Amino acid sequence: MSAVRAAAPGPTSPVPPAEIALRPGISAGRIVALLLRQLFLYRRSMIRSLEIIYWPVLDLLVWGFLSVYVARLRGGAGVAVAFLIGGMILWDIFFRVQQAISVSFLEDVWTRNLVNVFVSPISTVEFLLATMLLGVMKIVVIGFLLAALALALYAFNIFQYGLGLLPFVLNLILAAWGMGIITTALILRFGQGAEALAWALAFLFQPFSAVFYPVAVLPPALQAAAWILPTTHAFEGMRAVLAGRAVPWAHVGWAAVENAVLLGLAAAVFAWVMRIARETGLLLRTEG
Amino acid sequence: MAGVDQHAVPAIAVEQLTKAFGRLVVVDDISFSVAPGEIVGFLGPNGAGKTTTLAMLLGLLRPTRGRVRVLGLPMPQARQRVLARVNFTSPYVSLPGNLSVRENLTVFARLYGVRNARSRMEGLLARFGLAGMEGRTTGRLSSGESTRLGLVKALLNDPQVLFLDEPTASLDPDGAERVREILRQIRAERGMTIFYTSHNMQEVERLSDRILFLHRGRVIAEGPPRDVLRRFERDTLERMFLDLAREGQEVSAP
Ligand SMILES: Nc1ncnc2c1ncn2[C@@H]1O[C@H](COP(=O)(O)OP(=O)(O)OP(=O)(O)O)[C@@H](O)[C@H]1O
Ligand SMILES: [Mg+2]
Repeated sequence: MSAVRAAAPGPTSPVPPAEIALRPGISAGRIVALLLRQLFLYRRSMIRSLEIIYWPVLDLLVWGFLSVYVARLRGGAGVAVAFLIGGMILWDIFFRVQQAISVSFLEDVWTRNLVNVFVSPISTVEFLLATMLLGVMKIVVIGFLLAALALALYAFNIFQYGLGLLPFVLNLILAAWGMGIITTALILRFGQGAEALAWALAFLFQPFSAVFYPVAVLPPALQAAAWILPTTHAFEGMRAVLAGRAVPWAHVGWAAVENAVLLGLAAAVFAWVMRIARETGLLLRTEG
Repeated sequence: MAGVDQHAVPAIAVEQLTKAFGRLVVVDDISFSVAPGEIVGFLGPNGAGKTTTLAMLLGLLRPTRGRVRVLGLPMPQARQRVLARVNFTSPYVSLPGNLSVRENLTVFARLYGVRNARSRMEGLLARFGLAGMEGRTTGRLSSGESTRLGLVKALLNDPQVLFLDEPTASLDPDGAERVREILRQIRAERGMTIFYTSHNMQEVERLSDRILFLHRGRVIAEGPPRDVLRRFERDTLERMFLDLAREGQEVSAP
């Protein structure tokens, strides 16, 4: 090995043979490789790292002060504050996870790296798992930051609800995975014109998911439709917990079932788009 | 043809390969095979179907008809096993510009499961004249440097088959010659098979053991460069290429 180091650089310098440890099936090593690529990105870019917390913090400020004001108007029921801030934090968790999935795919499109990734031994499943994990890593950071800020500014301690909120947070992560995969599939299928979906698609569901108000506010026809969304059950369940009631397990169950359907659908849509991609050459596009 | 073993399992075997996009037939019923350790130049005018063929060999495109085997394994069915043992680069793809050279190579070394990533990286960077550039931001490299970095990435896993799409397109004559020298050397050391496309006729004459000439999706000439020239009664591949492009029809052997 020392001979390698000592050799003069140039076309004749010896290179040791590669020692390859290739794991068949789903490999943690390859998933970590893709995660590393994203972490390097954040480490090198201050702006990008700030972006993780910029919007959530601004959201929290606006919604937090608004809810303080609303509480005062109505003569001070703290639960209104809890509903709005809780809704905001949980919505952010949902939105950020779904966005992380599409954006890490777009990152490869923008940097013309897609071909490099798809000629490596990475499988589609590994590729998606890496983006899903990245989303969770992001919201762990955001979640703790927002929780700390909410406590400091509004005396709203989300952890006082203990583990009661956890089943709903987990369901929101599952829903975000499903939505993120579908969004990514649409971007792959329809190209540059569809990139805005990475930010827009989740918001299509916001009015019907009863994020900041109970489902009962919606017109009856919409209510029926709203219950089809796993997000609706998650936010409705969140409000029950925040109001101090017992964990509504029926909502947990419904959300889980709907999420299973959503994730199945997402997998099917993605597989379908990958097939089209290999038919029509979508993976070869180098625009960006 | 040092290191070429004509009797082993072919590195690449293509049978009646066809690709159509809708009604446009881009690759039209081509068959060829490449022996382990062979360097084959895949040439033809713009739009002949070279990149499309490469994409099918790499599992990025599914053939409309026909069979592709790489290292004896069917593509795209055995995609993951094949891709671990081959590699690809082209000046038309690039590594993420917002990462450093070292970060990019680290990511790809891990994707390919290279355990001695550091020494591979250092050795290959030195070979391609990029020693000491580990800390540089990839997006700030000159186009020639980033082409050479692409080659370093493509050699990280010691590929048994190296696929290249116009590898020297962005290099100056000296840079291109050095890259050819390195590729020949690595082939000699490791018996690596190289399958590459090019418009540079001099390059093809110097580097290839054999050429495949693609025109409108069909292989119209095949063999060692000298044999092909003799058969078509042309002095240089350049001449042959120009005649082809101008006439827009098949060059027929006399
Ligand atoms: N994804 C696609 N969908 C439709 N047509 C395509 C697609 N990719 C390539 N083509 C068409 O197929 C033909 C062959 O393209 P290809 O890129 O394989 O040519 P090439 O030989 O690599 O040319 P060049 O030397 O210009 O790189 C061209 O006419 C091109 O327009
Ligand atoms: Mg091409």
